[in-house]
This record gives sequence, structure tokens and C-alpha cells, in this order.
Amino acid sequence: MILRGKAHRFGDDVNTDYIISGKYKFKTLDMKELAKHVMEDLDPDFYNKVEPGDFIVAGRNFGCGSSREQAPLAIIHANISAVIASSFARIFYRNAINTGLPVVEVDTSAISDGDELEVNLGTGKVTNLTTGVEITAKPLPEVMIRILNDGGLASHIRKHKGFALED
Amino acid sequence: MGKTIIEKILSAHSGCDAAAGDIVLAKVDYVMGQDGTSPLAIKAFREMEVDKVFDPAKVAMVIDHSAPSPNEGVSALHKLMREFSGEQGITLYDIGEGVCHQLMPERGHVGAGDLVIGADSHTCTYGALNAFSTGVGSTDLAAAMATGKLWFKVPETIRFECNGVLPPGVFAKDLILYLIGQVTADGATYKAAEYAGEAISALSVDARMTVSNMAIEMGAKAGLMEPDDKLKEWLAAHGRTDWNPVWPDPDAVYHQVLRYDVSNLEPQVAKPHTVDNVSPISEVAGTPIQQAVIGTCTNGRLEDLRIAASILAGRKIHPNVRLIVAPASRTVLLEAIKEGIISTLVEAGAAVVTPGCGPCVGTHNGVPSDGENVISTANRNFKGRMGNSNAFIYLASPATVAASAIAGEIADPRVYFTK
Ligand code: SF4
Repeated sequence: MILRGKAHRFGDDVNTDYIISGKYKFKTLDMKELAKHVMEDLDPDFYNKVEPGDFIVAGRNFGCGSSREQAPLAIIHANISAVIASSFARIFYRNAINTGLPVVEVDTSAISDGDELEVNLGTGKVTNLTTGVEITAKPLPEVMIRILNDGGLASHIRKHKGFALED
Repeated sequence: MGKTIIEKILSAHSGCDAAAGDIVLAKVDYVMGQDGTSPLAIKAFREMEVDKVFDPAKVAMVIDHSAPSPNEGVSALHKLMREFSGEQGITLYDIGEGVCHQLMPERGHVGAGDLVIGADSHTCTYGALNAFSTGVGSTDLAAAMATGKLWFKVPETIRFECNGVLPPGVFAKDLILYLIGQVTADGATYKAAEYAGEAISALSVDARMTVSNMAIEMGAKAGLMEPDDKLKEWLAAHGRTDWNPVWPDPDAVYHQVLRYDVSNLEPQVAKPHTVDNVSPISEVAGTPIQQAVIGTCTNGRLEDLRIAASILAGRKIHPNVRLIVAPASRTVLLEAIKEGIISTLVEAGAAVVTPGCGPCVGTHNGVPSDGENVISTANRNFKGRMGNSNAFIYLASPATVAASAIAGEIADPRVYFTK
């Protein structure tokens, strides 16, 4: 799958409280409503700035903090197509795959706010269309590709009536 | 080749000879969700089109984060949890029972060598009980409820050998804050931590949980400790007479072995807005505070309240300070009442709230105002964590928080401990 969009640049250690504050997550299961508050402590205008298909680009340790799955879900519902970061916190990474949000782990130092990017999820290649720089990500483990291909873990379990991680 | 604790537990639960880097499908011994994560897990469970949880005796849901409910949105989610628990015959810990990470060990749901998952990041707490326990999201929780299994990448392990004797007035919380400051907030990402050495053995099992609880604040997947007689007795006292201790092999392969001597450690404080922004107390003493919090899954246990009460006994909190105390569980509260700890704290000026998460995560029970400083025994000080992104949160031990509540500013608790 090839994705194209604009980079919204954030720094290191973007925690789940910044992605979606605890004060909202407990209130509702309505992800559209939560999506309006995505990243608002870091950028109050973020939700309105995003064009469908844009990327969140961050530094190290994206998604650290709580295990709230509202974080990747709210990002998906804010119409972000993928998160690209130098590294991810472990639980966020799993939750993203489980809920069907593509995550790309790659050195993001050559990506600035507003750069146009093209991301090939199959090969892990990220092309910065603004600067012409190409970077290649670590491939996802096979297990995660299977889950993403099934549309997330819930549909994986439904489809296979349990885990089907090996042939 | 020798194995670490986590490699052994994942081998035993997957039937594979698991080594760091492998991906395994492992059986889980117990599964837990709280009120911030269970509603989404119930939704995902329905999407999986599974009728029944794998084993109702091995699943619990805990209403602790916003308990009692502060608004009708939360009430609807709590209701959903109650209905699901009734339908599935699983354990429900309703409001007032306590914080999930206190209830799981206290009610005998965790034993040595177990594999436990919880939809809460601080599930790593039970590493202190020699269990591999880790936090997952709601969909993982649903998958484990449905199948009794979950996949794991076997992590490498960083071993922290802590030797020496903690000085008076310096506690497990200071030790773990110090270690996080040393390795940073992502220093152990994708790794497991093993905490060992005489400074760890000397801690009570309750204090060990404070250390394992914060493994996630260095990014770790688990914060494991070796088993010993103290643990065996503790588990037996909490209904777990089965005993399957797991030691690392002497020739286990570690990513890193870090050695520390804690003999000269000062009380430590994590400053806003990251947990690894740690200073010794001498550098932050004198910072004015408006709110002090004692509680949470990190430091809301009986011995924490006991330490705070020993400092607050016969004294009053500063007129500019609110002190909020949230005991970690109903059992802790009852014991603290029997010991007279609660009267001591209330006489000193504390507001005692329902056992549970209290004000830790900003849903209720003490949201600070703009520009205010809070000193708390919790594990996170992120901007906005307590419900106001214009407040400043400092993290410290119960002793430091109690001393600061009296002084109206961050204060060194060691003056209360010199004989
Ligand atoms: S006390 Fe705080 S850190 Fe612990 S489970 Fe509750 S909200 Fe999370």
C-alpha cells in the first residue's frame, strides 16, 4: 500500500496523555468525538489542520505512557494515515497494529513540518517528496503484517477463530 | 545457553525454547482490565464474535480509574462492565475495592512464575512477585479473554544490580526514580528489566512492587525480580501456596548489566513534565507546592500510609496545601483505620478519598488549577496528567510528600528519620 500526505512534525517522547488526554478518554467510546482532541496539548489547532491522509511524524519513543487504545483509535479517526517515528513505545506499537493504524519506524531527522511524503508500507520506503531524500524503515515482523492484513486483531480472531500466526 | 527470568517464563508458557528475539504464542494465567480500557475490550470481544471468555475464573475487571463515576458518560461505561461481568461470570471489582494493581496481588490472582496481562501499562507491577506481567491494549485484552493466549516478542533483559543499604528516609521510590533518571524514559524500550542485589532483597514485597511498577517509565515491558523466602511467605499470606519460582541462569545472556551502590542515595524527585527529569532533593527543596497526593498503584499501600502518618502525626499540613490520600484498596483502608493511621492523617488535614486511582489520571478527586505545583507519590508527571496541562507535577516518595505537605514546599524528609 502506498500512502501520500503532509508531515505534521512533533518531537521526542510524545506520550499518550498528549495524544489523547485522560480527561476525555474515560468519557466516551465515540472515537469521532475523541479525535477532535488529538494532540491538543501540543497543538490546540491540530485536528483542524489535518487533511485526510496526512502523517504524524515524531522523534523517539512515540506513544509512551498509558496503554490506552484510544490513542491509536483517535489518530485513525482524525484521518491520519500512518505514524512515522524514530522509535515507538512498545504498547502503543502493538495497539496501533491491533487497531489497524500503520506505524513506520525510521530515522525521522530529515523530515520537517509540512514536507510532502510518500510511504510504501510493503517495502518500508519513505520518500520525502519535498527534499528528495529517501529512507528505508525496518520491516514489520511477519506476525504484525498478518494482523494488519486482516484489518486488525479483532477481525483476525474472528476470521481464524483464534490466533493464526503461523502457516 | 543460559536464560533470563522472562525467557524461562515465556518458554514454559509457550512450549517453545524461547530466546530473546523470538515471537511466541503463550498461554496466559490471568487477564485484567480496568474502567479506562475494558469498555473498548468488550467492544473488540464482540467484534471477535466469541461467546464466552476462555475461563471466567481467570478474568477480572476493575472499576478504579474514575470511581465512583464523576459523570454520566463514565457511568454508562461502568454499567457496560457490570453487565458484561455478570453475563460472563468473571470477577468484577466495583468502586471502592481499590486500584487494579493492588487488587491483583492482594487477592491472590498472581503467583511466582505466572504470566499475567492487564490492559493497563503498570501491569508490570507484579514482576516483584516473580511473574511476567505486562500491559497491553484493549484489543489484546479481548484476544486474551477470547483465546487464553497472546503473542509476545521475547525481549532482551537489562539487569540492574543494586547493592548497599538505603539510608534512613530514603525508600524504594527514591531508588526507582534514581534508576529511571539514569537510564531515561526510553532506556529500556522493548526490553525487560531484572532488578536484583542486596538493596532489592532488603525491601518488603510491597516496596518491591513500587520498583517494578515504574519499569514502564523506563520503557520496559516487564520489571522482574528473583524469588525468595520473603516472597514465598507473602504469597502464602495472600492465598497462593503454590510455588513455582523462576531464577535466571547464572550464564543468562543480558543486553546489559548495570551496577549501582545505593548507600549514599538522597531522596529523589522527578520534576515536570517527564519522569526521567530526576533531581536529588537538595536541588529542588524549597519549591512551593499547593497540592500533595499520597496514593496510587505506586505508593498507596499500607506501609506507604504508615510512613506518611509517622511524619504527619501531631503535625498539621501547611495552610496553603491540600493533602489528598487515596488508599490503594479497601483492605489497605481497613488496616489503616485499625492502626489509627487514617485518624492521624485526617487530624493533620488530609482529605481521604475512595480507594482507587484517586486524582492520578485527572478524571476527578483533585484536578489542580493553572500554575499550581503538585507533589505526588504517583508514577507519572506528564503535562496534563492530572487533568490540567497548566499545572506542574513533581513525583516523590510518601515520606517526601508528607514532609512537603507540612512545609508548604518541597522538603527533605530525612529530618524525620534521624534517631
Ligand atoms: S493509580 Fe494511576 S498509574 Fe496506577 S493504575 Fe491508576 S491511573 Fe494508572
